[in-house]
Amino acid sequence: MDIPSLTIDAIREGLLARRFSATDLATEALRFAEAGNAQTNAYLHFSPERALETAHRVDRQIAHSEDPGPLAGVPVAVKDVIVTKGVRTTCGSKLLADYIPPYDATAIVRIEEAGGLVIGKTNCDEFAMGSSTENSAFGPVRNPVAPDRVPGGSSGGSAAAVAQGTAVVALGSDTGGSIRQPASFCGVVGVTPTYGRVSRYGLTAFASSLDHIGPFARSVKDAATVLRVIAGRDFCDATSAEAPVPDYAALLDGKVKGLKLGLPREYLKGLTSETGELIHRAVDVFQGLGCEVREISLPATDYAIACYYIIATAEASSNLARYDGVRYTFRSGHGETLADMYRNTRGEGFGAECKRRIMLGTYVLSAGYYDAYYLKAQKVRALIARDFANAFQEVDAIVAPVSPFPAFRLGEKVDDPIAMYLSDIYTITGSLAGIPCMSVPCGNTAEGLPVGMQLLTGHFAETTMFRLADAFERTQRE
Amino acid sequence: MKITEKEVRYVAGLSNLQLTDAEVGKLQADLNGILEHMDKLKEIDTTGVEPMAQVLFDAGETATLRADVPVPPLGNQAALANAPQPGAGYFKVPQIIER
Repeated sequence: MDIPSLTIDAIREGLLARRFSATDLATEALRFAEAGNAQTNAYLHFSPERALETAHRVDRQIAHSEDPGPLAGVPVAVKDVIVTKGVRTTCGSKLLADYIPPYDATAIVRIEEAGGLVIGKTNCDEFAMGSSTENSAFGPVRNPVAPDRVPGGSSGGSAAAVAQGTAVVALGSDTGGSIRQPASFCGVVGVTPTYGRVSRYGLTAFASSLDHIGPFARSVKDAATVLRVIAGRDFCDATSAEAPVPDYAALLDGKVKGLKLGLPREYLKGLTSETGELIHRAVDVFQGLGCEVREISLPATDYAIACYYIIATAEASSNLARYDGVRYTFRSGHGETLADMYRNTRGEGFGAECKRRIMLGTYVLSAGYYDAYYLKAQKVRALIARDFANAFQEVDAIVAPVSPFPAFRLGEKVDDPIAMYLSDIYTITGSLAGIPCMSVPCGNTAEGLPVGMQLLTGHFAETTMFRLADAFERTQRE
Repeated sequence: MKITEKEVRYVAGLSNLQLTDAEVGKLQADLNGILEHMDKLKEIDTTGVEPMAQVLFDAGETATLRADVPVPPLGNQAALANAPQPGAGYFKVPQIIER
């Protein structure tokens, strides 16, 4: 059994034809993932008991000719910011190094109900704050395509696991690009659905008005299948949307003729020539498929970085206040008073990037600065959302880069927070507007580094986004 | 200079973060750089624009509220399982009030 070559369909077919069992799949995936981890550090820990328990159930269902579910026997890696009952969930932080959640995230419950095998938890930037996975308290992840380079972040472990082939699909979280950018850097598909499409119950909160859960996969179809499983209204998350969930994968027919695509002129300046060339080549492919391409304008783009890093850090400073040494495992042994205990726990527990963002977020919310920073950023956010709403009056989807450059070297940007923040320019705009966006591999640089193209559509128009991505992917296979 | 060392220490206090002197210096430099970039927001006219606090769709105001039905809670033992210092069914913290 060759885990890296498997797809969801191939697994289903093999299971139903009794060529292998779900238990075989779980055992082999775990063995392969544990062996591969020495190279990437993509996983922080494995969950063999859980994977095998689900696998046994799937095997029983198949033996009884019951439907084992749309993800039957599929090895799934899960970013370690998504809680798993009884399985350590660290958020890449020293503060939660020993945290064992007492409940499951809704996305996990749905994955397992559908027959998916949760094989392990993946490495990430601490509390999902970063663009390279170098901010993990448990060491960086290496890009499986180029081991001296970062896998992107913050869901770098999930992207690396899928790229290396140790998991068939993975879950990540995206606040400003944390699924799309690592997908682009590792050469896999990564999807950030509409805000509210997937329940965040059990996703450790970073910036609640921006946080999403979404899938990684090696094909558009597999990503679409996973999204359908995890999407939909959830009693436990008041921000989860009621909107019906289409069978995205069944709607992929390769026909995109007549769809109108927008190319934002603000995104095309400042691209490295290779990334720009690959995006333009992808646009030519869409034209060849009968899409109509036109230039559009998203005039507020230049203000997006400042807007995002005010709103996201303000929300983070509030969300991370709960790590105070009282409820969540880590407490500093220093300090006599309650206040000293709080300060020492947080000072010793948080890494440099989390401290930077807590400080920035607290500052922009503090008396005298609230209007100039936070309120202003919320107004600019409305303008960015309006830009997209206007664009989708004219076009069905937007084609854009994911990152200005391919995977950079480990250590290259780690001491320069502004350079790191600026690299998020193409992903944070969609996050601020809450629209669905995804990264699809669109080629490699001369050095062999993967480049992702971003597709964005209007709220809940994931079907159009998947159809375009799938049609493009088919042309790359030929 | 957007932010002074004194302000960095003040914000660290608000954030309940114990910082070393080296961290204060580094954060002052980092925050200055970042806040300078954020001044860019002054260029854009937002007159008459309503602030956007949340992604909103066309839906009734209470469309996402669930029915008010009680569900079983987590339970005391599970809730305390990750406490650094549990005791007698509670979270223990350093003494706050002198007897």
